[in-house]
Amino acid sequence: MYRYSLSRLVRHALSDRPWPRAWREAKPRSHYDVLIIGGGGHGLATAYYLAANHGMDRVAVVERAHIGAGNVGRNTTLVRSNYMMKGNTEFFEFSLKLWEGLSHELNFNVMLSQRGQIVLAHSPAQMDALARRGNIMRLNGIDAELLERAEVRRLLPYLDYSAAARFPVLGGLLQGRAGTVRHDAVAWGYARAADSLGVDIIEGCEVTGFLQDRSGVHGVETGRGRILADRVAIAVAGHSSHVAGLAGLRLPIESHLLQAFVTEPIKPFVNHVISFGAELFYISQSDKGGLVFGGHIDGFNSYTQRGQFPKVRQVAECAVALIPGMSRLKLLRHWAGIQDMTPDGGPFVCRTPIRHLYLNGGWCYQGFKATPAVGWCLAATIARDEEHPLVRCYALDRFARGAESLDEYGHGHWPYRH
Amino acid sequence: MLAIHCPLCGERPYTEFRYGGDASKRRPALGTMAPEAWHDYLFLFDNPKGPHREFWQHDQGCRQWLLVVRDTATNAVGEVILARNAGAGAGEGPGGR
Repeated sequence: MYRYSLSRLVRHALSDRPWPRAWREAKPRSHYDVLIIGGGGHGLATAYYLAANHGMDRVAVVERAHIGAGNVGRNTTLVRSNYMMKGNTEFFEFSLKLWEGLSHELNFNVMLSQRGQIVLAHSPAQMDALARRGNIMRLNGIDAELLERAEVRRLLPYLDYSAAARFPVLGGLLQGRAGTVRHDAVAWGYARAADSLGVDIIEGCEVTGFLQDRSGVHGVETGRGRILADRVAIAVAGHSSHVAGLAGLRLPIESHLLQAFVTEPIKPFVNHVISFGAELFYISQSDKGGLVFGGHIDGFNSYTQRGQFPKVRQVAECAVALIPGMSRLKLLRHWAGIQDMTPDGGPFVCRTPIRHLYLNGGWCYQGFKATPAVGWCLAATIARDEEHPLVRCYALDRFARGAESLDEYGHGHWPYRH
Repeated sequence: MLAIHCPLCGERPYTEFRYGGDASKRRPALGTMAPEAWHDYLFLFDNPKGPHREFWQHDQGCRQWLLVVRDTATNAVGEVILARNAGAGAGEGPGGR
């Protein structure tokens, strides 16, 4: 790998020598040990850890479009581990620990900024719920600090603390290690690092079918011909049902739209990640100065990748209810990603009923922050043909077994309500 | 914006309606003992990229439950009928709230 370093930076700055490509333009070989469908953050991370942790170098990632076109570039870049349900708590903390070392691991600055995330409470019951969540986190060795109203006001002086505030702020729960990551750098960093270990990254290659018989899957049909593989993993969040359907699988997943928004850039203002407690609304400020925020899914199945305007308005109302000073900011862009929604709000990282076919999907709102841990655990699951201990709770048959729920909010089994 | 043509109220914005989910599912007959049948009914979804049969309730209008065919790839709304007229093939009613 052409390592990035300060001396390289200086040499390139002083000469007109161009920087080399970050990864090769690979052509599909006829056979691989492992083929991963989907060149998003999860697929690329899996390929990287297959090579780095398990010494597998005959690995391919096939991507329908180009690297970074999907949800890895459409999320709101937040990373945190303030989860409460057993399984989620340990998994997301493992992920956050991997984020903390990722720039060195990949020799690529992913710009992790651990600015702290504050979840707000607007009622005494919410304060109790946050105290419980914080205690569970601390029992698992995760940093959490319960804040009273005065402490929140010191950290976030720009929230609405007036007597007229529709949802008065009573306090909050701070996770100091949470923050943001530059999402494009995650895709590019994993792609470059995986490529340097021999992984073929094949862009513009859509999978159109599986080669399978009674003994399992043996490869895929693609727009660029047939590719044989001993093991195949699906990592195509948003289209998991579609791709798994090509293999004859029916999944506990519906596809929904999640919109995200960015305002015109302003001077440093929001120095933390903030989650509203009265509605699903979260906001942070990018390094370029834009306020980046999002809310709920649009609420009905869709693959359009284009959100509905009433949701724009509702999210803007949340923003102004929480931070009145935002009312005169202009929205610069808004966009939508297609995300898998599941009956309990939890994901799937597992083997499937079809031999040699592995599934990673159903990530609901939480796919981006899970990226390094998904890569780590899915790679181990594929390499050993057995679920990594941290993802045993994310099995496809958990509803059939009546396993312990992952439902953090108790919404029931309708995907569109999570 | 997505608009739904209510058979009773005419074309109205979707914000007047409440989504009720996949209408293609059929609830197993009462007394069905096989857990797989209940698992599939509750937890599995066809999730098509294309025409999708789904329930909506016009809860800020006539309050009728409707059966809507909507293309999930374009949001184009096709046929809309009253769910009570849809017959047994329409599934066994929307998920309650």
